[in-house]
Amino acid sequence: MRIEQHPILNFEKKKEISFIFEGKQVIGYEGDTIASALHALGVKTLSYSIKDKRPRGFYCAIGNCASCHMIVNGVPNVRTCITPLTEGIKVERQHNKGVIK
Amino acid sequence: MIKRELIIIGGGPAGLSAAKMAAEANLDVLLIDRSPALGGQLIKQTHKFFGSKKQNAKMRGIDIAKKLINDVKDYKNLEIISNATVVGLYPDKVLTVFYDGKYIRYQADAVIVATGASEKFLAFENNDLPGIYGAGAIQTLMNVYGVLPGKDVLMVGSGNIGLIVTYQLLQAGVNVKAIVEAAPNIGGYKVHASKVRRLGVPIMTSTTIKRAIGDESLEAVELISLDSKWQEIEGTNQIIDVDTLCISVGLSPMHQILSMVNAKMKFVPELGGVVAVVDDINQTSVESIFVCGDALGIEEASSAMMEGYLTGLNVAKYLGKPHPNSEELIHNYHHELDLLRNGPFGQKTLIGMKKLKEASHA
Repeated sequence: MRIEQHPILNFEKKKEISFIFEGKQVIGYEGDTIASALHALGVKTLSYSIKDKRPRGFYCAIGNCASCHMIVNGVPNVRTCITPLTEGIKVERQHNKGVIK
Repeated sequence: MIKRELIIIGGGPAGLSAAKMAAEANLDVLLIDRSPALGGQLIKQTHKFFGSKKQNAKMRGIDIAKKLINDVKDYKNLEIISNATVVGLYPDKVLTVFYDGKYIRYQADAVIVATGASEKFLAFENNDLPGIYGAGAIQTLMNVYGVLPGKDVLMVGSGNIGLIVTYQLLQAGVNVKAIVEAAPNIGGYKVHASKVRRLGVPIMTSTTIKRAIGDESLEAVELISLDSKWQEIEGTNQIIDVDTLCISVGLSPMHQILSMVNAKMKFVPELGGVVAVVDDINQTSVESIFVCGDALGIEEASSAMMEGYLTGLNVAKYLGKPHPNSEELIHNYHHELDLLRNGPFGQKTLIGMKKLKEASHA
């Protein structure tokens, strides 16, 4: 969900950016990070823990905590909370440490 | 290898302020910031600052960020790269930077580390459930990206950040069910506490979070009361339905990159955690590597700016290219910093800094 009215800030609808999340086409907006776009779509689980497969979301949103790691265009461990959303990217939940090809 | 006279790591209030002074002193400067936008955490701070006019009081954080960015934009001798992360720092002032999918190597005559702080976490059952966020994360999500964190929030911690973020959640139309505080007293300013209480948010002191409840994401939290010895009081458990938990239990300096160069470090609780031991001009035990802002101790953004200006001026002098008004400006910024630290919250910083100075002379 997005903020539509705010007493101090002005959030005008920006240009739509379409991207692929878990194989489905979804929409975010210019100025979003991958994590903010997903959160606005109601997606809180970004990955699953390596051993116990517990759901994980972001914690700090500024690139510190590594809790927002996802697979972006095949590259694992991308800090989605500080990575700008771009047209057509493929975003997947990560279930392991990540494999470097 | 690309060479620069000065490289600044971090484009928040401290780093931008240092960059301005160094650029005015005509140093060849590179500023590296890992975020999409410059300004550090000021870009999410919609509240007005306290302090004197020189320290940008009465301005909102978001506007101070614009001013600081505007102040550095016209120098040909200052290059700024965003979306770039420093992944390595070495004692010979070589930096490896991950930028645009590539690793780039730089070398500088001097480095200023202005990496800021990170949010502390809290230990309780199920604390890793999605829906549990740092207070700063919630501010970023709402005030930078315009995204609502959830419908019903419980705030943990009644320091100034907890109180201010509660108010900002209300401004965005989110329901804050309560603020819980483990200590017997409210941590932040009374003016902020009264404001959220007037708007109907109860502040529950001597109360802490026992566990989070939920499968795929947070559904409820269990609270428990604490006695005067911080022990749980049996039978005082209560469950509150919330989809969002906001944790505001303080900040720690981001010291890691300084530990990487083996700078002498010290744990100073008054400064928020592990910090580098520095001399009078904020130089670490590693020659020509400096540090300023929250990376050297948790304070307000106003202090980070004054420290940034001072460190920029001192580094220019250290490199033999003093700012044209060096002495006068150093004197003035020292004075401003003293004023800021004169209040009751500044005492803690002063005690912490005294410990650091003692360690530096030891």
